[in-house]
Amino acid sequence: MSATAPTGPRAADAPADGGAPQEAERAAEFEALVAAGESVEPRDWMPDGYRRMLIRQIAQHAHSEIIGMQPEGGWLTRAPSLHRKSVLIAKVQDEAGHGLYLYSAAETLGVDRADLLDALHRGQQRYAATFNHPALTWADTGAIAWLTDGAAVTNQAPLCRTSYGPYARAMRRICQEEAFHVRLGFDMLLALCEGTPEQRAMAQDAVDRWWLPAVALMFGPPDTETAGTREPAAALGAAVSRRAIAWGIKHHTNDELRQRFVDHVVPQAEQLGLTLPDPGIRWNDERGHYDFGPIDWEVYRGSLEEDSHTARRRIAHRVAAHRDGAWVREAAAAYAERPTAPDAAPDRTTAGEGKPTG
Amino acid sequence: MRDPATTARPAAPGARGTAPGDALARHVRRLGDDALILGQRLCETVTRAPTIEEDLALSNIALDLIGHARVLLTRSGQLDGSGRSEDDLAFRRTEREFENVLLVELERGDFAVTIARQLVFSHYAVLHYTALADAADPELAAFGTRAARESAYHRHHADRWTERLGRGTAESHRRMQAAVDRVWPYTAELFEEDELSRTLVATGAVPSVAALHDDWAAAVTAVLDRAGLTVPALGPQPRGGRDGLHTEDFAPLLAELQSVHRQYPGGSW
Repeated sequence: MSATAPTGPRAADAPADGGAPQEAERAAEFEALVAAGESVEPRDWMPDGYRRMLIRQIAQHAHSEIIGMQPEGGWLTRAPSLHRKSVLIAKVQDEAGHGLYLYSAAETLGVDRADLLDALHRGQQRYAATFNHPALTWADTGAIAWLTDGAAVTNQAPLCRTSYGPYARAMRRICQEEAFHVRLGFDMLLALCEGTPEQRAMAQDAVDRWWLPAVALMFGPPDTETAGTREPAAALGAAVSRRAIAWGIKHHTNDELRQRFVDHVVPQAEQLGLTLPDPGIRWNDERGHYDFGPIDWEVYRGSLEEDSHTARRRIAHRVAAHRDGAWVREAAAAYAERPTAPDAAPDRTTAGEGKPTG
Repeated sequence: MRDPATTARPAAPGARGTAPGDALARHVRRLGDDALILGQRLCETVTRAPTIEEDLALSNIALDLIGHARVLLTRSGQLDGSGRSEDDLAFRRTEREFENVLLVELERGDFAVTIARQLVFSHYAVLHYTALADAADPELAAFGTRAARESAYHRHHADRWTERLGRGTAESHRRMQAAVDRVWPYTAELFEEDELSRTLVATGAVPSVAALHDDWAAAVTAVLDRAGLTVPALGPQPRGGRDGLHTEDFAPLLAELQSVHRQYPGGSW
């Protein structure tokens, strides 16, 4: 909310003797301010549901950045040129940075990064299921950057205007960097497509495998009637999306964003000379959009399984890094508490993940 | 342990002629190999660091090191007139043709080993690159200026962690001391000069690394003192990297580094 509105929902420390009627009044004022496009700041009053929805979404987003480092990080040591190696290191580094911005944004809602990481490690909080797909070849790093990051940009661009200020500000920085990743992914695939037949085949194979994860998993389940499904899941998805849209957390349905992504990517695939693995893709003059085939939601649900080989591997990798680093975090915390330590002041570099015993 | 004074050393297959340009090219290639292989080891730590901040810091340092390798290998390929690119040199040479110091190829170990290796290397790198800024070759000189500045950040990072771990907990102290003990013998090779480098030093083409040793030892000792760590006694000093004679840790590292490039002959990336 604007800083010029000192009363109303901002006055979180006002006496709470008004009881339920005051709560309802606050909620109404909150919704009016969100509807007016104002930004909600950490000390503002906010409905519990809004806070919970944001924590869930921001944490899931942060976890996705951190887990998303793995499929590409695994190829850092094998990048086939020093230029591509540098680009990939920079990209994985950006993802770590995005994770940090997002955990910080979540912390403004009264949660602790260490607790969020614990929840991730215990499987209590999710990350984008897309990353439960294995990165099998070098070309996968290009396909991930072009398609998965491309989908992420489509999803995230509207989040730069999301109602919660710290999240919106984090997203503005993230979106700029993500857009750059997409261009680099495209460029990397272009090099493969202009290379030997074997390189081109590697690129096509990667795009074949990463198309569905991007188009299905990055946007979530259908949440509109137009998605051509009458499943109860779609109705539930639609209800959640309506709530998120009303609170200004989301601005578009999953299906709107999915269509936007398809419209964006099809011409790029033509430029690359790669075939997207969906025979239903064709331009629809009447709609002014590309049609695409129905998504096999069984694949979607299958990918949400937490016991798939790659999903177990992703979490085990995270847990091992965290466990192996426990003695380091303990040491940093102990050192920071020493009276003579030059970094006795709070130091995000060392104490970031708190709970040294974790 | 071979004694360099008494053991005949087979010339590495990478050794080319002895024209001045070739000598400088080989010297520069050795430095490029150091940066490349250390950068490769750091790439292994990314996604495995104790905190997200450290994933960020270590990948940042790896990025700088790969950047250093690119400049140095490119320059080497120009100086020897072979026209070999940075990628030709990184991806198409064999084990015996790499002439990095053994220190940078040692298996990554725990976080303390990463820090100990960064400590001894970054202190060396700042001194060496600062001196290189006065090199006759203008490209090398420009590289020296830039690389010294970046290495100063790496040194700061290593200094701070050495102190935190040395003075953190009993476990971190034990691990950090073990890590310093582990890498220490391999530091001698950083300052070793052979006929090739002595010739280049004599002509003023490159700075003497041997002359940097005492400053390096004083600076690293000061950090170890602040960290409450003991400077290891000088024992056997493994060497051979500069002649392409590596540890068994090296071949698997190189196989991984070159795997995709070699799987796609004639590929463009």
